[in-house]
Amino acid sequence: MTFSQATEKKLQDIWSRYPEGRKRSAVIPMLMYAQDEVGQVTPEMIAEVARRCEVTPLQVEEVVGYYSMLNKERMGKHHVQICTNIACLLTGGEELWQHAVKRLGIGHKQVTADGLISLEEVECAGACSWAPCVVDGYEYHHHVTIEKLDQLLDSIQKKVQ
Amino acid sequence: MFNEPHPAEVKVISKRFGLPNSASIDTYLAHEGYQAFLKAVEMTPEQIIDELKLSSLRGRGGAGFPTGMKWSFIPRDNPKPKYVVVNADESEPGTCKDRLLIENDPHQLIEGCLIAARTIGCKLGYIYIRGEYRYLIDIMDKALAEAYAHGWLGKNIKGTGLDFDLYTHSGAGAYECGEESALLESLEGKRGVPRIRPPFPAVSGLYASPTVLNNVETFCSVPAVLRMGGQAYADLGTPKNGGTRLLCVSGHVNRPGVYEVPLGFPMQKMIYEVCGGIRAGKKLKAVIPGGSSSPVLTAEECDFPMDYDNYARMKTMAGSGGMMVMDEDTDIVKVALRTMRFYAHESCGWCIPCREGTTWLRKILTRMDEGTGRRADIDLIHELAKNMLGRTFCPLGDAAAMPTIAFVEKFRDEFEARLRETVVPVTSPDQLIAIG
Repeated sequence: MTFSQATEKKLQDIWSRYPEGRKRSAVIPMLMYAQDEVGQVTPEMIAEVARRCEVTPLQVEEVVGYYSMLNKERMGKHHVQICTNIACLLTGGEELWQHAVKRLGIGHKQVTADGLISLEEVECAGACSWAPCVVDGYEYHHHVTIEKLDQLLDSIQKKVQ
Repeated sequence: MFNEPHPAEVKVISKRFGLPNSASIDTYLAHEGYQAFLKAVEMTPEQIIDELKLSSLRGRGGAGFPTGMKWSFIPRDNPKPKYVVVNADESEPGTCKDRLLIENDPHQLIEGCLIAARTIGCKLGYIYIRGEYRYLIDIMDKALAEAYAHGWLGKNIKGTGLDFDLYTHSGAGAYECGEESALLESLEGKRGVPRIRPPFPAVSGLYASPTVLNNVETFCSVPAVLRMGGQAYADLGTPKNGGTRLLCVSGHVNRPGVYEVPLGFPMQKMIYEVCGGIRAGKKLKAVIPGGSSSPVLTAEECDFPMDYDNYARMKTMAGSGGMMVMDEDTDIVKVALRTMRFYAHESCGWCIPCREGTTWLRKILTRMDEGTGRRADIDLIHELAKNMLGRTFCPLGDAAAMPTIAFVEKFRDEFEARLRETVVPVTSPDQLIAIG
């Protein structure tokens, strides 16, 4: 399996951080960056990471099954994560979640028909003092209101048109 | 900077936050940066540990274990390589401080790691950052590259003869990996399942080698301890609770934010002065004082000096400093349910009391919240949670049980009121399953 030049460089850089004989340590970060490029974790990716890290594909597979950010299903181009944990619950996170579900017509870990947006109700994203928060991919949005969420979704949908 | 500083704050580890380009090495060097490390080079490991013990710095991640003591457990005659590992897997609901430390002052963290490496004789370290914080991984990587370029990392650092390499490591979304032994498993490329202890990481940590593992904020406090001297640092706080810490205040206050205050700072002053009181003129109902794992306090209980020992006296914990403030309109049953949904989702499933306990508690709390609960459920929630306490492999089980017990014991009337509310007609098969 081949990756873009930038990703390949990143993967090699990650691989080089761990001592000889300990390359298994690179499995999780490598999967994260590889997934960023491909859009999901694929069987080829699992085999590739296993080969590079000197472990069996099964050992990679069990890791993929454990971590919530590693997805075998393809998520949307924009993976919109809405936190409803306590601090966000207290400040309107639940309402944001309901609004997004209604507006997009999709639920938890589902993708819009055009593949543009996926939704996930996430656990605490670490923005409690600036709650409620929505994370688009890796980008944090703080003090989100329904209007701001609509603006975010509008801007995502507009970009494609 | 996300919130305005408050004059009552005592800025030790956040003092560089407001500076222009605060994350750059030039700013750091212009403001006492790396001076503590140079001081540490002149000291023996024993002297560094003595200074840390004198400072009474305690772990800022949750458990509050004395840092000097932790570092002293590293067996220095062990021929294996030793490791420094930073826990930046900040995932405890209510906590958002490590983010600011990395974003605004990454070199302070690097210096803390350097001092740890110097103390235990270690050449390699990792900063384990939760996967969601990708922008912080980028900031940290940039800071690390700067430190290498300026000779503060790598071989023969500043002519001291010391070698130390430090790298970031991305997690991939798992609260459990904030638990130290699960973090080490994850760092080794496995599922984040906790290890049985002892042996503790100080003896057998990363790659079964002696490892110093602390929270971001703890490492960030170390340079200040050496710069000021242990006694001066200790004097900022209360006896056995040295220094300052970052408190992350969220929920129904007028000025939520992350504030640095000395240990022993009065909780009333924190809520009403620093954070400007409860918003919309409402009354305080309760505070979850140290992240979602810490037992809730009623409004009447929220009046004590916030240091580790006083939290313990109040039968709760300082935890990770995540204070979630709830006003009189807050639905405690909903909060209890949301808390349990979190733990049920995050339980790694390794040990049965936690896996089953959190799942059943989630189910029972769900039917309570939906109005289809039974009278016996209140005691059942209490009993189930009590039966989890102390019976799990790692603290996640306790972290789920402790707040639940407190919610039921302190707000039983709200659970009972929920039973009296109108009976919801059964409209979907899911509800029938919930009733069981």
